Formats: sequence, C-alpha cells, structure tokens
Amino acid sequence: MIHFVLLISRQGKVRLTKWYSPYTQKERSKVIRELSGVILSRAPKLCNFVEWRGHKVVYKRYASLYFCMCIDDEDNELEVLEMIHHFVEILDRYFGSVCELDLIFNFHKAYYILDELLIAGELQESSKKTVARLIAAQDSLVESAKEEASSLSNIIAQATK
Amino acid sequence: MNPFSSGTRLRDMIRAIRASKTAAEERAVVRKECAAIRASINENDQDYRHRNMAKLMFIHMLGYPTHFGQMECLKLIASPGFPEKRIGYLGLMLLLDERQEVLMLVTNSLKQDLNHTNQYIVGLALCALGNICSAEMARDLAPEVERLLQFRDPNIRKKAALCSIRIIKKVPDLAENFINPATSLLREKHHGVLITGVQLCTDLCKTSTEALEHIRKKSTDGLVRTLRDLANSPYSPEYDIAGITDPFLHIRLLKLLRVLGEGDADASDSMNDILAQVATKTESNKVAGNAILYECVQTIMSIEDNGGLRVLAINILGRFLSNRDNNIRYVALNMLMKAVTADAQAVQRHRATILECVKDLDASIRKRALELVYVLVNETNVKQLVKELVDYLEVSDLDFRGDLTTKICSIVAKFSPEKIWYIDQMLKVLSEAGNFVKDEEWYALIVVISNASELHGYTVRALYRAFQTSAEQETLVRVTVWCIGEYGDMLVNNVGMLDIEDPITVTESDAVDVVEIAIKRHASDLTTKSMALVALLKLSSRFPSCSERVGEIIVQFKGNLVLELQQRAIEFNSIIAKHQNIRPTLVERMPVLDEATFIGRRAGSLPGAASTATAPSVSLPNGVAKPAAPLVDLLDLSSDDTPAPSSSGGDFLQDLLGVDLSPASQQSGTGQASKSGTDVLLDLLSIGSPSVPSSSSTVDILSSNTSNKTPISPLDDLSPLSLSSRATSNAGPMMDLLGGISPSPLTENNGPVYPSITAFESSSLRLTFNLTKQPGNPQTTVIQATFTNLSSNTYTDFVFQAAVPKFLQLHLDPASSNTLPAAGNGSITQSLRVTNSQHGKKSLVMRIRIAYKINGKDTLEEGQISNFPRDL
Repeated sequence: MIHFVLLISRQGKVRLTKWYSPYTQKERSKVIRELSGVILSRAPKLCNFVEWRGHKVVYKRYASLYFCMCIDDEDNELEVLEMIHHFVEILDRYFGSVCELDLIFNFHKAYYILDELLIAGELQESSKKTVARLIAAQDSLVESAKEEASSLSNIIAQATK
Repeated sequence: MNPFSSGTRLRDMIRAIRASKTAAEERAVVRKECAAIRASINENDQDYRHRNMAKLMFIHMLGYPTHFGQMECLKLIASPGFPEKRIGYLGLMLLLDERQEVLMLVTNSLKQDLNHTNQYIVGLALCALGNICSAEMARDLAPEVERLLQFRDPNIRKKAALCSIRIIKKVPDLAENFINPATSLLREKHHGVLITGVQLCTDLCKTSTEALEHIRKKSTDGLVRTLRDLANSPYSPEYDIAGITDPFLHIRLLKLLRVLGEGDADASDSMNDILAQVATKTESNKVAGNAILYECVQTIMSIEDNGGLRVLAINILGRFLSNRDNNIRYVALNMLMKAVTADAQAVQRHRATILECVKDLDASIRKRALELVYVLVNETNVKQLVKELVDYLEVSDLDFRGDLTTKICSIVAKFSPEKIWYIDQMLKVLSEAGNFVKDEEWYALIVVISNASELHGYTVRALYRAFQTSAEQETLVRVTVWCIGEYGDMLVNNVGMLDIEDPITVTESDAVDVVEIAIKRHASDLTTKSMALVALLKLSSRFPSCSERVGEIIVQFKGNLVLELQQRAIEFNSIIAKHQNIRPTLVERMPVLDEATFIGRRAGSLPGAASTATAPSVSLPNGVAKPAAPLVDLLDLSSDDTPAPSSSGGDFLQDLLGVDLSPASQQSGTGQASKSGTDVLLDLLSIGSPSVPSSSSTVDILSSNTSNKTPISPLDDLSPLSLSSRATSNAGPMMDLLGGISPSPLTENNGPVYPSITAFESSSLRLTFNLTKQPGNPQTTVIQATFTNLSSNTYTDFVFQAAVPKFLQLHLDPASSNTLPAAGNGSITQSLRVTNSQHGKKSLVMRIRIAYKINGKDTLEEGQISNFPRDL
C-alpha cells in the first residue's frame, strides 16, 4: 500500500501531503525533512526509487515539483511510477496544463482529486475520465449551493430593506 | 453577509504568505491569520467557517500548529450542506489522525452520512473513513460499509471496497463478514469496482485463510478469464496507457493470482497459459508494459513450479538487467534477489552484469546489486567476486564504503578457502578502508592470525608493508601493532618466509618505529594507544637492543592525561626497570586464541559481549582477584607450562596490584578510574585466577579500556603539575611493594566497599557520591553526597533535589548547609538513602536538579546519574 503521498517543490516547500499510515505531527515533519534532503539532492538520470527506513519511496519530477509516494518493500515500483503519472495527467486535465501556482492557490482541489484517486493507500480508479467527471459533478454541487446561498441572502436583503 | 466580520480571503492570505521575504515575516502573517480565525471560531461564525478551514489547512501544510481548528472540522461535517461537508471531511483527514480522541466524536456524523440520500456525501464519508478510521470506528461502522458494497452506483461500491480494506486491516476479525460481498465484486465489469474488488480480495486472502480457500475455489477461473479478456481487449481510449488497456488492473489481477497460486498446484496450473501469454505478448518499451512484466515475473516465481515459465521469467529479468533505463535495472536486481532461492543457477549466469551494477553511479542500484552479489557468492566464485569487490573498494564513494566493507568482510570470513587468502583479503580491506572495518571483524582477523602459526611471519611482514602506505587507517594500525608486539622477532629475522614473498630488511628499530608512530599519532584513539603500549612492553623484551629506547617512549606516557595510559606506562616502566628477571615470562607470546569460542561469542551477542566483559572488573572493588568468567588472560601466567619464576613474580605483582584501598580512597576523585585501571592490569596478568581459556582476550582488553574512558574526566581539569605529582604519589606505594621487601599476604575482601563516583560535574559544580552499604541490608545504599563549588562565586540558597524510578525508594537527609563557598573552599554534604527493590537485577539510576543563587540570580542545573556501580 501507499503510506503517504508528498509533493515537494525544488526549494523543499511542501505543496501537498497525504498520510495513509499513522504518523504523528512530529514524525511527519521529520519524514518530510529527511526525504526532501534525500530526493532533492539526487542527480537527474538516476533511478526514481529511494530505499528509506525499510520502505521505498518512488518519486518523479515534473517541472519544479517532485511527486513522491512511499510504498512497501514488496510493492511494484514501476506501477507506482505510472500511478504518479496518472495523477499528474488528471491534474493537468483539470487545471489545464497545471503549474505549481495552481497547486498552491487551489491546493484543496488537488486534495479532492487525490481523494478520488486513492483511498486507504490503494488505487481507486484507473479512468481519468471518471475521476474528472466525479470532480466536476461535486464542483457543480458546490457552485449551485453557493448560488442558492447568495440568492437567498439577496432575498433577505430585499426583504429587510 | 456581514462585511466586517471576515478577515482576508484565502487567496489573499496565500499571497501575503508568499510575499513574505523572511521566515519571521511569514510567521507574523500566519500569527495574525490564526488570531483572526480563533476569534471567528469563538464567535461561532457560520459564514466563514468554510473559508477558515481552508486557511487552516494551508497553514497546517506550512507546519504550524492548527489543533484549535479540529472542532471546526466536526462542526462543518455536521452541517447539512455538501460544500461544508466536503471541506470539513478534507480538514478532518488533514488536521487529524487516527490516534486523536476527537476523532471518536465524528463516528455518529459518519454513520449518518453513510446513510445519506446524496451519493456524493456518502462518497465523502467513505473516503474519510477509509483514510483515517481507527479500530473502534471500524468496528462501529463495518455494517454500513458492508451494505454499501452492494450500492447501486459503482463509484460508491469502489470506495466501499477500499474502505473495507482499511477496516479489515484495523480489525482482522471482521474479515469473514466481507468474504462474500468481496467475491461478488470480482464479477463486475466496471474497472474501478474491479480494481478495488481485486485489491480487497488480495488483502482478505492475506488476513484470513478461510477467505483464501473460498476465493481460490470460487474465483480462480473467473479471474483468469478476466485477465485474458483484458489482455486481448481491443483499444479502449478511456483505459489505454501506452497501448495497453488498464495496466493497473492487469497488475492487480496478477497480484491476486499470485496469492491464489502460491502453494496450490491446481490453481497454479489453471493460470499457466495466461501467465505465459502476458509474459510473451506484453510490449516492453514503456513503463506500463514493464510494470506488468515485472508483476508477471513475480507471480511466475511465486506460484507452484513450472519449468518453462520460470525460464521465460528469468529471461525477462535478463533483458531488464541489460536495459538502459535505471528503473528497469533496479527492479530486475530486486526481482533476481527473490529468484535466487528458486533458481540460483539461472541467476548466476547474470553475475557479471550484476557485478557491474555494484559500480553504478546510482546509490539505490549499487545497494541492491551488492546485496544480490552477497547472496550469489559461493565457494567456487568467491575468489573472483571478492577480487572485483576489493578492486572497486579503492574507487568507491565514501558513503558506500561502509556497506561494501562490511559485506566483503562477511564474505571472506564465510567462504575463505584458505587462511592465507583470508588474511590477504582482509589486509587489502584494512589498508583501503580500515576506518570502516567494525571491531568484531578485525578481532576475527586477529584470531585467525593467531591460529595460523605458519603464517605469523608472513602476516607481520605484510602488515609492516601495508603500514608504510596506509598508516591513516585506524584498524590497520591496531592489527599491525598487535602483530608486531607478538611476532616482532619474525619480522626482523624473516622467519617463516614463504616462496611468494619478497624478502625485506627490517631492523629492530624499524619495528619499534612503527609502534612509536602509532602511539604518538594524534589521530590514534585510546584503544590503539593502549595496544601500542602493550606492544612496546613486549618489544622491550624481544629486542634487547631497543630496550632502552622503548623504556624512554614508555616513560613519556607516565604523564599522559589519560589515566589508563598513565597507569600502564608507570606499571610497564617498573617492569622494565626493576624486574628484568620476570619480564621475558610476562611478555611471552599469546597462546593461540580459540576460534570456536570467538565464533560462539560473536554469534551470541556482540554488544552483550562487551558489557559482560566489563562487569567483573567493576565488581572487583579493590582489585582482589576473583574467578570471573571472561577474565582477560593475556599473559597467562598461571598456565601449566609457565616456568617457576613466574610464581614469585606473581606474588610481587599481586601486591602491586592489590595496592589496597588506602591510596585510592584518599584520592576520591580518581578513585574509580584508578581502580578499574588496576583491575585491567590484574586481569591482564591474570594472577591467582584459575587459568581460563584465553579465547577472546583482545575483546576483553579493549572493552575494559573503553569502560575506563568515561570516569577519568576529573583528571582532565587538574593542572598538569598536580597530575604528575599525583601520578608519583600513586606510583609510590607500588614501587615499594615492587621492591619486594615484605610481600604481605593478600588481604581478603571484607564487606562491600564501593569506589566513590563523580555523579555530576559541570563547569561550576561538582558532585561526588561516597557509597556504602549497611551490613545485612544489601538493598539499601547510603550515599554521602559532597558538593564542591568550582567557580569563584559563592552560591547561596543551595537546594539539591533528586528523583528515582519506581523500583527505587529515596530518602534525603537535610544538607549540612545551604551556602557553598567559592572555589572549593569548603563543601556541602548531604546524605541520601536509596533502597533498591530490584537489587541484583537493576542498577541505580537517578535524576538530579540543583538550584542555587549566584549574586541573587537563580541558577538551575539538572542531570542524570547512571554511572553507579552495577551491583548496588
């Protein structure tokens, strides 16, 4: 299973963290510190796997962002690499050629997408289209709720004038 | 909406944080935001709860504390609207983890949402449950999840399946409830449901054998069919990755088939065809295809044997191994490691390629390859492989050298065909990477050298040569010094020359040079220096012509700041100066070290070996010999073949070492150190003790050395002058006794007496403990604590506090004063009584706190005392 997902920028800033195994806050910041040290310092053409504390971390760099997933020793590293790519493609499709700024200002959207892709550290959906459809449906639910709220407040405002 | 109640928008906050130029600026922004959010929380503001939560999550990601927002998540989740719930659940998963008790409060909301009419809300609840549920929640909500496995919408079914995985991982007892619904998911067509269903079944099979039997019986054929359909399916754009339809599903199916096929010939048989098809037909030019091949190979290697398939699998790995892509090579090495047990011969064929991978640029690949090589070594290829590895050692990275050295040492020790080869390889390793060689590895080398009597001359000459080029490698220096001490005469006289050797001319003084360099080198640590000192003593007898020079070197160490060296130097000096007649017997060559015992010890517990060895020397309070098991028997005086003079010499030495308590207890500061130093020598000479097989003497000597390192600190801050005077006063009585005027009979140990210890010391304060026991009450220790002021200020309002763990009881008597005069002009004493309810099992330990005022200013010092003698 996937123990955690990390997105780290080249400067070592955390852009997204998702923990599927229990880690205390202290452990989390330690993990992030250690791993960003290891991963950011690796030369470009080396393999995308790092062995770390009995687990493996599969990482891949997209522009200025490193996508990292920590998996068990017996898991399929190549598949996880493909999974990272899958996630990136969905993000790309959702934001329209995604960049780091999208993930900073709309970090919650990135989390929503990840939640449609992974649960309990396992892959949930292999179709990019399905994920996009589910996110769009939920976004529109939020939008309509917002509209309703604003029209409601308008009515109240009208009434109390 | 009230325009005055809000703070900034989320976007503005993120901008402000990003615009901060310094960390302090960023902290200020975050602090301001947090204050606003707290205020808003206190007002129970509904309108901005949503936005506040988003801000909190961002702040949390930056690493700031956000616990005050946890209850807000619960409130959002409990509110009726979808947008609130969506952000509330996200906050729950981000800000909390399964160990927080707050989480229990959400169980009820989750239960309601799992039964909600809006399927997206059900989805949110399932997602949260799957990501963070605890065992209690799993138990409470399992029935709901089980029901949702049959929900009409497939997107809920797939979420429920993954949620079930979390539940059975938390509470394995619940697994059987899920067997039937999980099995029916395997017949689905929807890929999401199929992927999650297969994954759930895999996890079920791992937790329950009942599930494994059931699924194997009911679903193996169905799964094989699904995989065949998938592999043969036409192009489908929705699931296509690099020309393959849904590689994720491929991999999960292969994984489940592996679990089902393991240990079951029938099931394995039914999947042979499809495995062969996947292994041969899958495109291997993209990551996705290779991921499937990799999984397929893993399945072939795990299921019941099928010769043809295995060959196919190993060939795939061979192809992987020669791939240019580092990732592929990495997984190939990883897989070959597992294949070794199944088919070692086939893996051996790739040995050369694997050996190349040990030298790869990539640390991950190197590590895998080294482990694989380690498994591949056997009697026939050991010479060739070790040669390659040793050659590579010379050019390897520093951070890889430690691993590599350990593996080489382990390989040569395990498979060495002959002793000379083992010694040669170890010498190469020592000269290349001696600083990475672990203690037990060079101990083992010394044991082997000692056993190879025909190679003594050869070894000492080889070491001498290696020392000339690699004197910076600490362990090489140690082994060289030891061998020169033991076999120095063979070095000089070219004794036991082998045909392969070039003759060298080494004079006696050249040999002494080596030891002198070792002992005077700044980088040498205490162990090396101690070994060198012993070697010098031995050489003084082996090389009469250099005896005077050796004496001079030893004399230089009489004033050494390290007590251990100082004391030995004094003792060795008196042996050289006054006891010419017994010296040759004292410094005889070590008896052959017993390999079997050493190996046994090594296998036992290495760190344990050191601690048991130190124990007896501590428990010999006044240096009286006691037959303790791992006694050091370096010189082995009492063994049968010792000539007569030794016994009289022994008497003198016994007195020398029995020095008795008076000088030592007068100097309370140095007490323990000097005594244990004496013990070491006593042990070293092993007088009056029954001869113990001298299996591991080096180990013991060294461990007692290291145990002496700590207590010598009080000496460090004395001036050199007082040190040397103390040294002479220390040596005084020994000289007298050595003079041998009246060798008094050995006084027996009358009741437990413990050395006083320096319990605590800082730059301004020293605390020493005098330990006594009341007769007839071994559990209770009376401690007389003495505080000494090391600074030039008077301390007032001096208070000492102590705390002990539960198995101890502590009673503090009032202190003699609460004012401590400056610069050691007086002291405070206070007595403590400690009762150890676990006497004999646990040793004392204490935490202390000392508070006092310097010129009216409060000062606090704290510390832990764990250097109590062990048997208190």
